[in-house]
Amino acid sequence: MSGHSTYEPKTAFTRWLDSRLPILRFQAELMDYPTPKNLNYWWTFGGILAMCLGIQIATGVVLAMHYNVGDAFNSIEHIMRDVNYGWFIRYVHANGASMFFLAVYIHILRGVYYGSYKAPREVLWLLGMVIYLLMMATAFMGYVLPWGQMSFHGAVVITNLIGSLPLIGKPITIWLWGGYAVDMPTLNRFFSLHYLLPFVIAAVVGLHIWALHVPGNNNPTGVNVKSKADTLPFHPYYTVKDGFAIVLFLILFSVFVFFMPDALGHADNYIPANPLQTPAHIVPEWYLLPFYAMLRAVPDKVMGVLVMFGSLLLMALLPWLDTAKVRSMRYRPTMRWFFIIMVVVGVLLGWCGANPPDEPVIPGGLGFQLGDSNINSFTWLSRLLTLYYFAYFLLIVPIVGWREKTLPMPDSISTPVLPKGGAVAPAE
Amino acid sequence: MADTAAMHAGVQGDPAGEDPSRRDFINIAAAAGAAGAVATIAWPLVDQMNPAADTLALASIEYDISKVALGQEVTIKWRGKPVFVRHRTPKEISEAVADDHADLRDPQTDAQRHKPGKAEWLILIGTCTHLGCVPLFGQGDYGGWFCPCHGSVYDTSGRIRKGPAPKNLEVPEYSFLSDTKVKIG
Repeated sequence: MSGHSTYEPKTAFTRWLDSRLPILRFQAELMDYPTPKNLNYWWTFGGILAMCLGIQIATGVVLAMHYNVGDAFNSIEHIMRDVNYGWFIRYVHANGASMFFLAVYIHILRGVYYGSYKAPREVLWLLGMVIYLLMMATAFMGYVLPWGQMSFHGAVVITNLIGSLPLIGKPITIWLWGGYAVDMPTLNRFFSLHYLLPFVIAAVVGLHIWALHVPGNNNPTGVNVKSKADTLPFHPYYTVKDGFAIVLFLILFSVFVFFMPDALGHADNYIPANPLQTPAHIVPEWYLLPFYAMLRAVPDKVMGVLVMFGSLLLMALLPWLDTAKVRSMRYRPTMRWFFIIMVVVGVLLGWCGANPPDEPVIPGGLGFQLGDSNINSFTWLSRLLTLYYFAYFLLIVPIVGWREKTLPMPDSISTPVLPKGGAVAPAE
Repeated sequence: MADTAAMHAGVQGDPAGEDPSRRDFINIAAAAGAAGAVATIAWPLVDQMNPAADTLALASIEYDISKVALGQEVTIKWRGKPVFVRHRTPKEISEAVADDHADLRDPQTDAQRHKPGKAEWLILIGTCTHLGCVPLFGQGDYGGWFCPCHGSVYDTSGRIRKGPAPKNLEVPEYSFLSDTKVKIG
C-alpha cells in the first residue's frame, strides 16, 4: 500500500527536511492511510490501547521518581499521602493496568469474531499475542512493586510455576529470585524490568502497526477491500471516530480513578509483605483469573502449568487451527454461537479463579463427592469450563470451520450499504 | 556469496582476497569470533542474577530450641524462607508413625523425616511444595498443615496427603549442636 503518497512539502524548510529525513511524509502517509469505510466501534480499541500504553508509560515514569525499592511499601504510602497529586498519578497507573487489559480483551475478541487473524494477517495476530504476553509479564511485575502481602505471595506463587519444570525449574527460579526465596534482589530486578518492558511493548506495537499496514485493516464483513470506493482516508474519518471512543473510554476510566480507585485491588495489599504468613485467600488481579482457574483445575502441578501456558499457545495458533474460508462470524451462524459461549466461559472461568476451589458454586448442601472434590465446587466447574476452552480451539474451530454452511457474502464492502446494492443473491 | 566471488575470480584473474575458500574462511572465523565474544560478555550479564555473595553468606543459622514448648511451633526465617520448628506431642508422633505405610504420594517413613532419637523435633521448610505458600498448622484432615492457597493437606510428619502439592514438606539440612541448639543450613 506504499507509494500512494500525495504529500508535497509546502515550505522551504519542509522541502529541505523531506530530502533528509522524510518524517513528515511518513506521518502524512499514516494520516492518509486508506481504511475500510465500514469499520464499527469495535475497531476503535486499537487506538484506545495505544492511549493506554501512553498513559501507563507517562504515569509510570513519574511514579519511578518517587518510588524507592529499599523501602518499597512505605514509599508507596509516601506517594499516596505526601507527593503532590501522587494519589492521582498512582490511581491512574494502577487502574490504568485494568483498563489496558479490558481494552485488550475486547480488541482480541473483536479479532476473533471478525476473523482478523486469518490470512494474510497471521503475523499481525502473532505480534499481538507477543504484546499480550509482555503485558501480562509487565503487569505481574508491577503488581509486586508495592510489596504488600498480595504482591509478595503473588510473586512467590507465579515464580514457583517455573520451578515446577523438571530439572531446570529449580536453578531457574533461584536465578530469577537472586536468592533462595522472593526477597529484595527479586524486587529490585522486577522494578528494572517493569520499567524496561513497556518500551519493548511500544516497539512491538510499532511492528504490529507495520504488519497491519501491509494487508490493511480487516473489516466487519471480512471481505477484502476491492477498490478505492471501499475506503476512506484514516484522517479525519477514523481519527474522529477513535477520538470519540477514547472520550467514552476515559469516562469509564475516570469513574474508577475518582469514585472507586481500590475496587479492582485487594485490601491485603495494604498490609506490608510478610514472608512468614500467607494471606488466607490469595488471588491474582482480575485480568489473570481465567488462567489461574485453569491452573487450579488440574490436580497435577506440572500438568496444571502446562495447561495454563497451553491455553495461551492455542490462542497464538488460532490462524492455523481455523479451517473456515469465511472470515467474519456475521456470515457464520453456527460459529457465532460457539463464540458467544466461549466469551461466557471466559467470564465464568474468571469467576472460578476468584473463588476458593472447595467452595460450593450453589450454596446449600447440594452435590456429591466425585473423585477428589465435590461436584458442586469451583474445582469441578473450572474443569468443565477448561474442557470447553480447549475443545473450542482443538475441536470446534477446526470442525465447524470445515462443516458449517455459511450465509451469502456481499461482493464488496460497498454493496450491502448502498441502496438496493444489498441484493446479494442476483449478483452471484 | 562464494559463487559471485568465484565468478569474479574467473573474469578478473584471481586478485588477492577473491579466492572463495579464503573468503569463506574469513567469514566463518569472523562470525565465530563475534559469537564467542558475545557469549563471553553475555555470561556475566546472565550470572549477575544468581544469588550474590552476601546472600550466600546468610546460608546457615543457629537456633535455641529450648524456647519451643511441647505442642508448640515456632516459625523462623532461613534463606528468606519460613522454617517450622515443631515440638511434637506423643500423639502427633504416633499418628505419623501409624501412617508410615499408608497410601502416600511421596512415600517416606516418619523416622526418615527427623534426626534419630529426636522424634519430638520436626524441622521443616514452611513452604508448600505446590507453589510456595506458607501452610497453617492445625487445619486439614490429617492433624498437620493445610495450605490456604490451593488446598494441599499435610500430616503430622509434614507428608503430603491431599491436594495439588507433589512432595512432602522439605526437611532442610540441619544438625543438633547440643540438646538445645540446632544449626540449620
